[in-house]
Amino acid sequence: MSKKSENKIIEIKNLHKIFGEKTVLKGIDLSISEGEVVVLLGPSGCGKSTLLRTLNGLEKIQEGEILLDGVNISDSSSDWTKIRQKIGMVFQNYELFPHLNVIDNILLGPTKIQNRDKNEVLVQAEELLQKVGLADRKNAYPRELSGGQKQRIAIVRALCMNPEIMLFDEVTASLDPEMVREVLEVILNLAKSGMTMFIVTTKWDLQRQ
Amino acid sequence: MQNTGINLIFEGQNLARILQGLLITARVAFISIFISLILGFIFGLIYSSKNKIIRFFCRLYLELFRIIPILVWLFIFYFGFPELLDINIDGEVVALIVFIMWGIAETGDIARGALESLPKHQRESGMAIGLNKIQLYRYILLPQAFRRILPGTINLATRMIKTTSLIVMVGVMDVVKIGQQIIESNVLKVPDASFWIYGLIFFLYFIICYPLSKYAKTLENKWNK
Repeated sequence: MSKKSENKIIEIKNLHKIFGEKTVLKGIDLSISEGEVVVLLGPSGCGKSTLLRTLNGLEKIQEGEILLDGVNISDSSSDWTKIRQKIGMVFQNYELFPHLNVIDNILLGPTKIQNRDKNEVLVQAEELLQKVGLADRKNAYPRELSGGQKQRIAIVRALCMNPEIMLFDEVTASLDPEMVREVLEVILNLAKSGMTMFIVTTKWDLQRQ
Repeated sequence: MQNTGINLIFEGQNLARILQGLLITARVAFISIFISLILGFIFGLIYSSKNKIIRFFCRLYLELFRIIPILVWLFIFYFGFPELLDINIDGEVVALIVFIMWGIAETGDIARGALESLPKHQRESGMAIGLNKIQLYRYILLPQAFRRILPGTINLATRMIKTTSLIVMVGVMDVVKIGQQIIESNVLKVPDASFWIYGLIFFLYFIICYPLSKYAKTLENKWNK
């Protein structure tokens, strides 16, 4: 964990998450600064993914607080639809929307939620697709893509929202080993470009690099 | 073989009357299918609620139409309610009410199943890009659910078309009843009348229902890829 800036994007203070009677997360403190890449490594079932999911409101927390840009987002009045636009998330099971083709998957958020100009987003989307080497697949449907390709599209979809931080939840876990590399490469390039990232994984590959 | 049944079909007004009966059958069937689809989809949305009380009442409504024969429903609305409320309801209106209520129940169950069968991750991925609940349904869940319900609803539609043959019991002159009348008034001079007239009706039902179930199959294959 190398600190590049003191500008804190995410700050977690004394976070507790309880499922029924089981306390899964007990007093977690963590902060992620701008441009920083935090990798959380550990066996499955230890609560890494849960921690990640609390950051964009997919799991409610019972105690503690989460600050995004210094603002507490963990109280019940938070407008998660706004917050989530600043936090890009990529899941383990590359969930593209199967009824939309690649470009529509990417454009949905920026045009329908952020109400940005379609042409402007299109330029950005094509640029990003170029970077992940999938510019020629923009009209393909998810069923026509390989797992690695889908995961790269999912990353582009999240990036196109111009998030302040990207969360990666075991993004390579359900990929064929052959395809892990192409996805890792994209993530590494992102890190080089200065994107703030929080990565959860059970494997060493990411850590090593 | 002067008076064979096949001539009976083309005799006088017979064919025109049968087609008129078919029109009534088709009218009742298609109006109720159309309205059932729209309202049934909404019913399905409500039915997919996590609230136990809402689910219970939706389930109750559905089961009422599964357990009680459609014929009994027709009688309740045609003989029961008018007697009780001292009003007069036209047979075709009764048929429409009952078929629409039945259609809503069945379409709703299909829609609920489709919505619940969507992977949980679809919901989360949508939420993760900042969709609110309405947008989530509009852009992600409903379009996917719609594809899953279409084959099932087309099968339901063919069932509804066939079940319209019951509406004669509430005094609606559908295609079967008119066929029966033609047979009864000719059976003495044309002994094989029922074979030809019912044969024709069989054929008419077939040409309405077969393309529908064929279409359902095609969609199923296309979308199951």
